[in-house]
Amino acid sequence: MRDVRVALAQIAPVLGDTAVNLDRHREVCRRARDEGAAVVVFPELSLHGYVLQDQVSEVAIREGDPTWRRLEALSADVDVVVGFVEESPGHLFHNAAGYFARGRLVHLHRKLYLPNYGMFEESRYMASGRTLRAFDAPHGRSGILICEDLWHPTSAWLLSLDGAEILFTLSCSPSRGTRPGLGVTSVGVWERLLRVSAQFQTAFLVYVNRVGCEDGLLFAGGSMVVDPFGRIVGSLPPSDEDLLVVPLEAEVLRRARTAYPLLRDADPDLALRELERLRRLRYDLPGPVEEDPDEGTP
Amino acid sequence: MSVEWSDDPAIEGELRIDERWTCRLLEDFIRIEVERTGKLEVVVGLSGGIDSAVSAFLAARALGGKHVLGLSLPYRTSDPDSLEHARLVARQCGIRHEVVDITPLVDAFVEGAVGLDPVRAGNVMARQRMIVLFDRSAAHDALVLGSTNKTELLLGYGTLHGDMASAINPIGDLYKTQVRALAAHMEVPAEVIAKPPSADLWPGQKDEDELGASYDLLDRVLALLVDARVSDDRAAASGIDLGLVRDVRRRIVRSQFKRKLPVIAKVSTRSVGWDFRYPRDWMS
Repeated sequence: MRDVRVALAQIAPVLGDTAVNLDRHREVCRRARDEGAAVVVFPELSLHGYVLQDQVSEVAIREGDPTWRRLEALSADVDVVVGFVEESPGHLFHNAAGYFARGRLVHLHRKLYLPNYGMFEESRYMASGRTLRAFDAPHGRSGILICEDLWHPTSAWLLSLDGAEILFTLSCSPSRGTRPGLGVTSVGVWERLLRVSAQFQTAFLVYVNRVGCEDGLLFAGGSMVVDPFGRIVGSLPPSDEDLLVVPLEAEVLRRARTAYPLLRDADPDLALRELERLRRLRYDLPGPVEEDPDEGTP
Repeated sequence: MSVEWSDDPAIEGELRIDERWTCRLLEDFIRIEVERTGKLEVVVGLSGGIDSAVSAFLAARALGGKHVLGLSLPYRTSDPDSLEHARLVARQCGIRHEVVDITPLVDAFVEGAVGLDPVRAGNVMARQRMIVLFDRSAAHDALVLGSTNKTELLLGYGTLHGDMASAINPIGDLYKTQVRALAAHMEVPAEVIAKPPSADLWPGQKDEDELGASYDLLDRVLALLVDARVSDDRAAASGIDLGLVRDVRRRIVRSQFKRKLPVIAKVSTRSVGWDFRYPRDWMS
């Protein structure tokens, strides 16, 4: 990666009004660029809001749509990471995020893990993504995750193995209340998750969560950047729309990966062997007779 | 070891909150909900009790006192202290305050009603207050701000379409004991915090007599059953009477109708409530 200044766009989208939200994206991009940012990161579903329910199919966009073209135009002079409902050619609706640069889509990520428990009901309305890939952004190899994706540790690990040095995580995470000494508890929970993920992957974690309120869900902001040592290098409070530009230094990443060569020592073969065994067990699939490679044969 | 992971359901029955941040979240909630509906202000029924005082204080902090109208709606048997306390609350948080005597409205109905017991009469009063509040909200282009707390909601301790009716409710996810903590934090007048909670629908009525247990105890049981989702036996293992635990669970189940819209028979392909699903804050 190269040194890059990233803007955290902690916004409160208007629920279901894509046109108004697109205007706001444009305004925020202009401000971020004026403040010297090269990349602007928006929250999950930043183009439509979160509690969409039956509006999912009504707001969905496709490659080539007028809205899609406006998104591309947004990235003419600053890179943009933006969240939206993407309709696939087979009419599946995905909770997706796109990295746009120089007027075109560089990478599309479809959320892999759609939470469907507690206050969440995403998989009633949307389809899960099936692939996870890092991609070459202008400033370095990167990956995109959406909210719940980060709660499955394989996601960040696979992106790192695929070479990602910057992991963008877009979120719509609501508050679940407060506790003495902790403030808004979900902020601390995310901070822990982000710092651990950054340390394990020796990568930059760029986390942008929305604010605002929909049907009583109070989205808890707390956007932050964590460096590859797990240190917070910039953060925003749990409320209020705000914009923060944070420099990501390539030298810090190099130092962290020198001090902690975890990715050098990662063992995909081990993981693959054991996953294949677990997969056969889980789905009762035929396969080779179990052998313990450590036992060896004379 | 200190508690540091409060989303963890293993912290069973935890009721403590961070008052400053809770206020902040609830002020945001009120301001955003009022703005998105294009309204200018809220109307809140001021009973003189702690719940409506907390709602009024939050609204005053969120919108500024001049955008909040407190309405006291006494009946002739209401405790005179209630009105005094309501005035005190309105003064303290700097909101507008009006008094509308509901006696003629209630009595006009009561005269023609047969076999009215205190509970039915109480429901009539609560619904008459609702009529005045919603009418005023229409007159002022305002939203009705609710004051039903989580303890009341879960136990069904309130009048459906009466005091439970509102457009937005900032304290519906706070137990009574948590409302008290917020009240102290916002410096609600001490006499309002200290007095025994009462619906004041008839002389001498007290919440804790009717509910059969103190709010401290009820909230502990509710936090265990509802938030931590533990079994009755496990809840009782923390030293609470098993009979009370079971009674609370029964009350939660039996009052479910008060927390839902009317049941609609499904006879079409897309029905309100089942497969016509949009958020309340649709397109705003």
